[in-house]
Amino acid sequence: MKYVDEFRDGALASKLAAAIRVEADPARNYAFMEFCGGHTHAISRYGVTDLLPANVRMIHGPGCPVCVLPIGRIDMAIRLALAENVTILTYGDCLRVPASNGQSMLKAKARGADIRMVYSAADALALAQREPERQVVFFAIGFETTTPPTALVIRQAKALGLANFSVLCNHVLTPSAIMTILESPEVRELGTVPLDGFIGPAHVSTVIGSRPYAFFAEEYRKPVVIAGFEPLDVMQAIRMLVRQVNEGRAEVENEFTRAVTEDGNRKAQALVSEVFELRRSFEWRGLREVPYSALKIRKAFAEHDAEARFGLAYQSVPDNKACECGAILRGVKKPTDCKIFGTVCTPENPMGSCMVSSEGACAAHYNFGRFRDIPVVAA
Amino acid sequence: MSGSVKKGYIRPLDLKQGRVDMSHGGGGRAMAQLIDELFAAAFANEYLGQGDDGAVLPAPAAGERLVIATDAHVVSPLFFPGGDIGCLSVHGTLNDVAVMGARPLYLAASFILEEGFPLGELKRIVDSMAAAAREAGVPVVTGDTKVVEQGKGDGVFITTTGVGALAAARDISGRRARPGDAVLVSGTMGDHGTAILSLRESLAFETEIVSDTAALHGLIEALLAAVPDVHVLRDPTRGGLATTLNEIATQSGVGITLEEAAIPVDPQVEAACEFLGLDPLYVANEGKLVAIVPAECAEAALAALRAHPLGANAARIGEITEDANHFVQIRTGFGGRRMVDWLSGEQLPRIC
Repeated sequence: MKYVDEFRDGALASKLAAAIRVEADPARNYAFMEFCGGHTHAISRYGVTDLLPANVRMIHGPGCPVCVLPIGRIDMAIRLALAENVTILTYGDCLRVPASNGQSMLKAKARGADIRMVYSAADALALAQREPERQVVFFAIGFETTTPPTALVIRQAKALGLANFSVLCNHVLTPSAIMTILESPEVRELGTVPLDGFIGPAHVSTVIGSRPYAFFAEEYRKPVVIAGFEPLDVMQAIRMLVRQVNEGRAEVENEFTRAVTEDGNRKAQALVSEVFELRRSFEWRGLREVPYSALKIRKAFAEHDAEARFGLAYQSVPDNKACECGAILRGVKKPTDCKIFGTVCTPENPMGSCMVSSEGACAAHYNFGRFRDIPVVAA
Repeated sequence: MSGSVKKGYIRPLDLKQGRVDMSHGGGGRAMAQLIDELFAAAFANEYLGQGDDGAVLPAPAAGERLVIATDAHVVSPLFFPGGDIGCLSVHGTLNDVAVMGARPLYLAASFILEEGFPLGELKRIVDSMAAAAREAGVPVVTGDTKVVEQGKGDGVFITTTGVGALAAARDISGRRARPGDAVLVSGTMGDHGTAILSLRESLAFETEIVSDTAALHGLIEALLAAVPDVHVLRDPTRGGLATTLNEIATQSGVGITLEEAAIPVDPQVEAACEFLGLDPLYVANEGKLVAIVPAECAEAALAALRAHPLGANAARIGEITEDANHFVQIRTGFGGRRMVDWLSGEQLPRIC
């Protein structure tokens, strides 16, 4: 595959690995958080950690849209589907996220709820147009990358006067999540989470640009390197972070120049602010209530806002007591620190959301890396 | 199947405009006509011609054992690049018999038809099935037809059962993989699933990828002639190569280590999977073989596979290891390692 294989080249990877080994100071440890699930996936999928020296550690961040979705939001969708007889459309991973009382959208579907998987917001809109007698609700999730397409279908629905289409909006914002991690007591005071820098998002940054991260570099003195989702991007970003740390710099650097500019995609930003406004507060799994961290649909588009149309109220539901997703999403714990990892909680029967998506820290470790936890015993 | 309808007093089936209706499963004249004009005509052979409720078949040669396998086919869409549910239902079951090391002899077929399904399309499917059976040299010797109300099926479901004869000394089983054995595949991975996916309404993308659906017993015969002591044979269908290897690792109580760079994947399949976020190792094949052979036979096995048209792209992709956890691992082209785990949930519904 041209333009892709170049970024997965094994020979280049081993050269980069050698360079990182030379540059990493053996007298200290480096801990970097990759914010995005896309990076978590690339690291696990290609075995990037095998190429890193022992004193460079990667911490998986909360940038997996499915993982940070609180139980209460899934409950809203299930209630809506079962009680109001509406058709819920959503992205595939959402179907398996555990909800209250052992439910999930997939299980609700088996009990008769009309819940279907779509590949894009446009598919959801098309279904509403095709079947006007059906109330269609698009359960929208994701960071800044998936927000513009949702904005677009809301605007189209309004223009078309499509009375049977609305959106249950769960879009969240990357910078506020990073800020919450930096402000968390573990990072600020206790020092239990050593954090020497961030690998910044790839796709999110194509939309918001590299500028929003400048604040973290300046205010919190943490280096940020925006990187693409290919494994060589990740390796190169790690090398750039090691250099910043060694040189005592804390800057925003852009490894992903082939796609990310300082300003990002202004057209998409304008579209998003036309349709959405900030929520005062939104619950994140693992980070609890985070002020101004999510979007809601503006009043002008209220007829396409499922929360307004169906008078939905949010009810917070505590996570399973044994589940450590919260601490894992904040980088305080590793998946293997969780008592139920791989025993009660598996990809087939996820208790916590980090086990659901292949971008989640727990699922990535379970599916790709758990052989490292178990010493191989001769049969 | 019965063939007792008197010719001349009956209007032939309308294969242009006609559709399946409930009477085609009702046991009456309409059903007899459907069987006669469509199924019996297409599959014609001496056993089916017996017209009884079951087929009476000759016993296998002395010392041989019987192998039986059954497979339901619910693929959607029914017609796809490279094949259709008809030939798929022949290949799928024949391959299950053949990977036991057996010589496939007979097939039985059972149809569940949905009311309203066009008879013309049913004929296309049945003809494709009959052609596949003829090409494989394995007759459909008995069958059954049922009709369900509209909305209770999805056009056509076909269940086939295959019977084969297994030589006395042959022992091919998922339990026989031994540390040190070589893992071979007969060609590119993920073609069938990707071809099906390219037609799905919500995904439809343009591609020249065709399903690899094919009967494998000829290829297997060639392999066994060159390397009689093949330990394991499997056709990596649903769940793809990854699932098949995990099954074998568990059954044999071993581990498996693969070389990512050695696994053949068609560039178009690779690109489509990249685009859709799928891993070709988990995508179904319908005409490919996984063979596990003693390391010292690996080159001979590879040569035998490559000499056959269905094995031209055969490759040695890994080895069996000692591992009490029965993990399947891969050395990535990037230089790291990861697991190739069991599939979680469902990657692609209704592909076979």
